[in-house]
Amino acid sequence: MNCADTEIMLHALIDGELDAGHARDVEMHVAACPDCAEKLEAFRAMRQAMAQASLREAAPAHLRARIEAMLAVPAATSSTASIPRRSWLASIRESWKNFFGGFAVGTALSAAVAASLVIAVVRSDQNQQIAGDVVSAHLRSLQAGHLTDVETSDQHTVKPWFNGKLDVAPPVIDLTAQGFTLIGGRIDYITGQPVASIVYRRRKHVINLFVGEPLGAAIRGVKDESIQGFNIRHWREAGLDLWAVSDIDAGELDEFGQKFTAALHAPGPP
Amino acid sequence: MLDRLHQQTPTASWMSERDTMAGDACDEHDRARRFRDAALPCLDDVFTLARYLMRNSADAEDAVQECYLRALRHFDSYRGPAMKPWLLAILRNICNAEFARRGRQEAPADFADDEQADATPPIWQEPQASPETALLRRQDGDTIRRLVAALPQPFREAIVMREVNDLSYHEIAEVAGVPVGTVMSRLARARSMLRSAWTVAEGAAP
Repeated sequence: MNCADTEIMLHALIDGELDAGHARDVEMHVAACPDCAEKLEAFRAMRQAMAQASLREAAPAHLRARIEAMLAVPAATSSTASIPRRSWLASIRESWKNFFGGFAVGTALSAAVAASLVIAVVRSDQNQQIAGDVVSAHLRSLQAGHLTDVETSDQHTVKPWFNGKLDVAPPVIDLTAQGFTLIGGRIDYITGQPVASIVYRRRKHVINLFVGEPLGAAIRGVKDESIQGFNIRHWREAGLDLWAVSDIDAGELDEFGQKFTAALHAPGPP
Repeated sequence: MLDRLHQQTPTASWMSERDTMAGDACDEHDRARRFRDAALPCLDDVFTLARYLMRNSADAEDAVQECYLRALRHFDSYRGPAMKPWLLAILRNICNAEFARRGRQEAPADFADDEQADATPPIWQEPQASPETALLRRQDGDTIRRLVAALPQPFREAIVMREVNDLSYHEIAEVAGVPVGTVMSRLARARSMLRSAWTVAEGAAP
């Protein structure tokens, strides 16, 4: 062990952080090296002086009183479960406000508010980006030869085709009887994630139904949106995110979504 | 680990606090008592670190008060084992946030690495290895406190957590969010700087 290694290890030795083997190595080096021995002695003396200087400070009495008041255990009452809790929290906040009114309350509240704002902003941005991606993918699919990788109206051909291409098994449902013709499927990418696109036709209009693992923020119910003249119906079902996008009108797209959901939950093999 | 824990918890526990608002008062009573029993004995430790981080008593008191309030609010996410480092990590985040808000130069964590910090304080000199400096004259408490307070932030917090808060290297590493090796080099550097300043102060003493 040389002096450079020992330099740092000396402190670990003083602090009792070395295992027996390393401690012995350091001590052997120190025994043979006057420079390091001198340092060790100096640092030990300094540490002792610091301990005697009592750098530790007692919290001022008024601060301790405030904290103790803040942490005062509320009386446990049996009858009104929620009310004591509220008033207890309220009284903490109230007393706290009275004592400080500035830095502490401001920082804590603004931090909490800022945190929730950031989350809200990030989430909506994320979903907005996904919606934009969905429309772009839909537009790309309309270019010649891009619509389907597997072209068939047979759902039992489309569904196995996705096997091994995705982490999820997308539900492929033929809705021809309901007025939406299954014409095929392909793999697409939404925000860099592979998703299934199941393609339907309604009269002359194409509907892309993107199905993938949940991306972005959780949504409740159905979210309808319109971007660049395309309607998007976004919902979550069976642990999957589904986006239907098309240039058919919003009412028809909603009908498509409802029929898809109904067929998905219909008893018996589809 | 601790840092990450805190960053994740605020919203979650903020929400859970509201969700359980109508919860059992007995649970609440028990929780409050457990928190008080565990956290109150650490008050002097928390205050001391706050004093050395904020460098003035009023700011330190505000930071400590907020630390306890935040800790109480996030107590549900506390998984131990030690209360002191957990509280100190919360305190340190509060102080950092306050420095960031003020846009102060001395904001902690500004030091990307120790080498950079090495270059900054020109007043520090390597001690001359001589028998005279080997035995340091005992400085009075005020001088020592002043010398510690004058250390650059990463070294100041490391030495205070070690010498005053009596944390292990591992605990300091968790609180400061750096590897144990960095803690070791910061402590070595802190003591080395203290030693040379000590020598200078000694020379200046009558």
